[in-house]
Amino acid sequence: MNKSDLVQRVAGRLPNLAFKDVEVIVNTIFDSMGRTLSKGDRIEIRGFGSFEVRVRHPRTGRNPKTGKSVDVGTRKVPFFKVGKELKEKVNNGG
Amino acid sequence: MTKADIIEQIYEKVGFSKKESSEIVELVFDTMKETLEKGEKIKISGFGNFVVRSKRPRVGRNPQTGEEIEISARRVLTFRPSQVLKQSLNKSDVVS
Repeated sequence: MNKSDLVQRVAGRLPNLAFKDVEVIVNTIFDSMGRTLSKGDRIEIRGFGSFEVRVRHPRTGRNPKTGKSVDVGTRKVPFFKVGKELKEKVNNGG
Repeated sequence: MTKADIIEQIYEKVGFSKKESSEIVELVFDTMKETLEKGEKIKISGFGNFVVRSKRPRVGRNPQTGEEIEISARRVLTFRPSQVLKQSLNKSDVVS
């Protein structure tokens, strides 16, 4: 399922709202989540999970094609931890 | 940031009432949960993919006692951030 399918499904459950309205809301949700992470802040969605930014230390990598060494600087990566409720649901689901 | 902050953003930027915003946000996450529970993956362009992966049973060890235990087969949820999200995290580094 992609973002547009998600909008479709949510809109199907909200008869008074147009697809466009739900689309704007879904976009706002993920935009604001992205912005929060860009600021380095944590997100916690009860029953779903939490997102945080983790720092990867600089390392010396290698270009797999040429074998040349390249320095990879400090990088920030988003990290998602599944919430307990969803973790159990996913494991027990059909 | 919590669900309440997301609801606030929708109230401010989209102009729905707080009650409506809250209902819709709940419904979005509920729909995502139901989809993942069925084992279906969710791809959100510009944010990332939520993927359900099946793990085979394996033998683990209690790190405290050293005792071997079988870890049963299970399904786990993983998040793969999009390139766009990864880049935006590191761009802020240069700016600040």
